[in-house]
Amino acid sequence: MKHPNENELIAYREGEPANGEEITRHLADCVNCRKELERIDAVLAALDALPVEDPGADYGQRVWQQIAPQLGEKWTGWRDSLLGIRGVAGWFAPRRWAAIGAVAVLVVAAFVAGRMTKHAVPGSDTTDAARVRERVLVVAVGEHLGRSEMVLVELSNAEPKDGKQQVVNIGAEQRRAEDLLQENRLYRQTALQEGDAALASTLDELERVLLDVANGPKEVSPVQLETLRKRIEARGILFKVRVVSKELRERQKSTVKPPAQNASEKKEGKKA
Amino acid sequence: MTRMKDSVESAVDSDAIAVERTLSGDRDAYRVLVERHSANLFRLAYRMTGNRHDAEEVVQEAFLRGYQKLGQFASRSNFGTWVYRIAANYAIDRVRQKRREDARKEKPMRDDSGEQELDPVNFVRDEKPLPERLTLNAELRRKMEQALDTLTAAERTAFVMRHWEGCAIEEIAGVLKSNSGATKNTVFRAVQKLRRALEPFVTKGMEARAMGQQG
Repeated sequence: MKHPNENELIAYREGEPANGEEITRHLADCVNCRKELERIDAVLAALDALPVEDPGADYGQRVWQQIAPQLGEKWTGWRDSLLGIRGVAGWFAPRRWAAIGAVAVLVVAAFVAGRMTKHAVPGSDTTDAARVRERVLVVAVGEHLGRSEMVLVELSNAEPKDGKQQVVNIGAEQRRAEDLLQENRLYRQTALQEGDAALASTLDELERVLLDVANGPKEVSPVQLETLRKRIEARGILFKVRVVSKELRERQKSTVKPPAQNASEKKEGKKA
Repeated sequence: MTRMKDSVESAVDSDAIAVERTLSGDRDAYRVLVERHSANLFRLAYRMTGNRHDAEEVVQEAFLRGYQKLGQFASRSNFGTWVYRIAANYAIDRVRQKRREDARKEKPMRDDSGEQELDPVNFVRDEKPLPERLTLNAELRRKMEQALDTLTAAERTAFVMRHWEGCAIEEIAGVLKSNSGATKNTVFRAVQKLRRALEPFVTKGMEARAMGQQG
């Protein structure tokens, strides 16, 4: 074989040779061509060392935050934001109705509880109403986190019944994740409105995991299941959910007090 | 290998479901796709544009365009490849636009004045060309960035996609709107230009290392 030209050597290095075997044999015998290839190799290897900036582990989330407001469907106000309604079709989705029901219960409960507190303690300021709203949120979110934790634990423990099973059906967990997803959006937005950034942040992370589960295939292979499990583990979401649940239970204890005792305490306080 | 294949297939299946949901009105399903593919797009865009600012703009624009064109996306194909191609197309436009702006400013593309300051020992390759063995000082890095800047937008795209991203020639040809033969030639031209620009520094290093070993 005659000496390969530069293009042939580049193609050889790139794995695109028309006559690769021939060039391999030639290189074994020809020192000059070997050196020529080494020189090409040296330049490309040097270029390999040119670093790419690391955009950060949360880069995907940041991209989403930047582009979300520019996407076709825009948020149309606080009510839509709270209810997660986007477009007419959304109103007729059964799960959306369930979510609307959940938030309606939350709002009505907060309203009624607020009214009751006001009647019980004439002249009290808005802190009581805020405390009641917080209590309702604490209870509702606590239950939501409990249910989310259960789904995540079930997914983490799901496995083929025997070694021969090719796929694992996680459809039930997926449907529950979809329901939880709707609720989660409402609670996250409510937490943000209440100024509870830490809770909103945990709910935001939980939302991403629930999205992952809800958007995945219904039937997964053991390997796919393992990948999903690793994604859940990598985010440490189970741990965070447990920590927040515990905090919420503590908060619940400190906010739940009988109204009468609460009122007398206030009076005592005023007297003092 | 089978596990990796399964994992890729899983991501593709999951992408297809997220695409369907987005098309049926669930905008947040698109979030899954954005979060999953942003890092890949950033790597490509950074190598094509050479800076973080432009790379971030390319990534955002690619996802925005992807969202707008999602109705045209055939769900049987791979969303990752599709949005990657949108990013490559936008990046090449961006690089061309920047070149035109630079040309208007008459900014010199090459700067040979610093050659004497280069210490070849710093860029010496070891017996095996492992990139981590190269001590990449700021000067060599600048030379490489300059060498990449001398490539045309098409050459840079071809080189980045082929050499760094490992794309098939047909895929690159799709982005360059060219045929396979012409695309291969574009890759060759890019490597030749880079070689002419960088070989003096790299081989100086090799020789210096060889002399050091003899002494």
